[in-house]
Amino acid sequence: MRPPIQPHNLVLRIAAKMLIPPILMFALYVQFHGETGPGGGFQAGVIFASAFVLYALVFGIGLARAVATGRLLRVLASIGMLLYITVGLASLFSDANFLDYDVLAQERMEGQHLGIFLTELSIGMTVAAVMIMIFFAFAERGVRP
Amino acid sequence: MLAVIRLRNLFAVVMLFGIYSFLAAALFVTLNAVDVAFTEAAVGAGIATFLMLSTLALTVRREKLRRKRSVIPLLVVTSIGATLVYGTFDMPYFSDPSAPVHGHVARHYIESSTAEVGVPNLVTAVLTSYRGYDTLGELTVIFTAGIGVLALLGYRKRGGKP
Amino acid sequence: MSVLIGHYNYWIVIFLMMAGLYVVIAQGNLVKKIVGLNIFQASVFILFISMGKIEGGTAPIVKEGVSLYSNPLPHVLILTAIVVGVATTALALALVVRINEAYRSVEEDEIHEQDQSF
Repeated sequence: MRPPIQPHNLVLRIAAKMLIPPILMFALYVQFHGETGPGGGFQAGVIFASAFVLYALVFGIGLARAVATGRLLRVLASIGMLLYITVGLASLFSDANFLDYDVLAQERMEGQHLGIFLTELSIGMTVAAVMIMIFFAFAERGVRP
Repeated sequence: MLAVIRLRNLFAVVMLFGIYSFLAAALFVTLNAVDVAFTEAAVGAGIATFLMLSTLALTVRREKLRRKRSVIPLLVVTSIGATLVYGTFDMPYFSDPSAPVHGHVARHYIESSTAEVGVPNLVTAVLTSYRGYDTLGELTVIFTAGIGVLALLGYRKRGGKP
Repeated sequence: MSVLIGHYNYWIVIFLMMAGLYVVIAQGNLVKKIVGLNIFQASVFILFISMGKIEGGTAPIVKEGVSLYSNPLPHVLILTAIVVGVATTALALALVVRINEAYRSVEEDEIHEQDQSF
């Protein structure tokens, strides 16, 4: 199942193994620092997906599928969307407008911070899951049965 | 850009498109748009180029030679371009601080964002707090595109059984 | 002369836009059409961002001691537009792959011939 370790892809394997964890950490950094610097949910989701793409390119699609199964990706994308809508509905049920973050916590600033944090998290989750899903759909189409 | 029109090797066309996206991202940095440059570099030079390469791997590599060359598209494009250039003579000058686009709503966002939202990154503040509903719509579009690709390419292998 | 210096960004964008539009109209290969559409989209982004720049402003992140920021509103619009654009491109390329499997070709005129020969 594992692709054989040959001299000509040894450098690629080692480089990928060293690069993928920093890429994932960078994606998390961009996600959570979207408030104080450039970044945010979309960029973080795309960088996270690109780490998975790199893994699938170097180690084969079978191993990558074992980590990120189709079911997990669909569930993650749906959870992201539902979280966003839940945040909006939570403010709706607290006597304010839809997606009004002021009423989510005791203080207005805290509510805004909480709302923005949850929203960015849901955006990052959905974008990452959808990008990986699209990539796997394209890649598995060419596999000869 | 003219090379994209004339080249028949599709792989080279996709590579040139990747370089074009990257140059656009660098241009955005010099125009003080760091968030947009980040997203354009990640998405345009990353995901879009990568998807086109996957499509090339699943289809053809070269373009077929067209037998008849008509001049009508060139005329259409030139006339539209000339009309647009004529239309830009009334537009505000480049990087003019008194352009109408910088008044009204944008000034309100810049001035009262720290008091109302408290997030230093103005783009994130506008995107998620002032205009959060549009971001919900954007998320729905991405989700729908993912489901659409899954429905088109998800389950059957190439030319095989479901 | 100030007209030239003040408007050159619009003219560059119009040239890129027309190049992308020409690829979409005139080329027959479907993949190349999608590349042309993306070139068109990217040129529109450059138009909006160049309209949002203010002379002497900085990036729109609130910091001590900075008084003039670039306009954040076009940035927000273009951020959404970029991601929607890649979603549309992904769907379009998936359609191209399926068309290729059904018609065995990605050239527009060959697909028309096969459709009309039914």
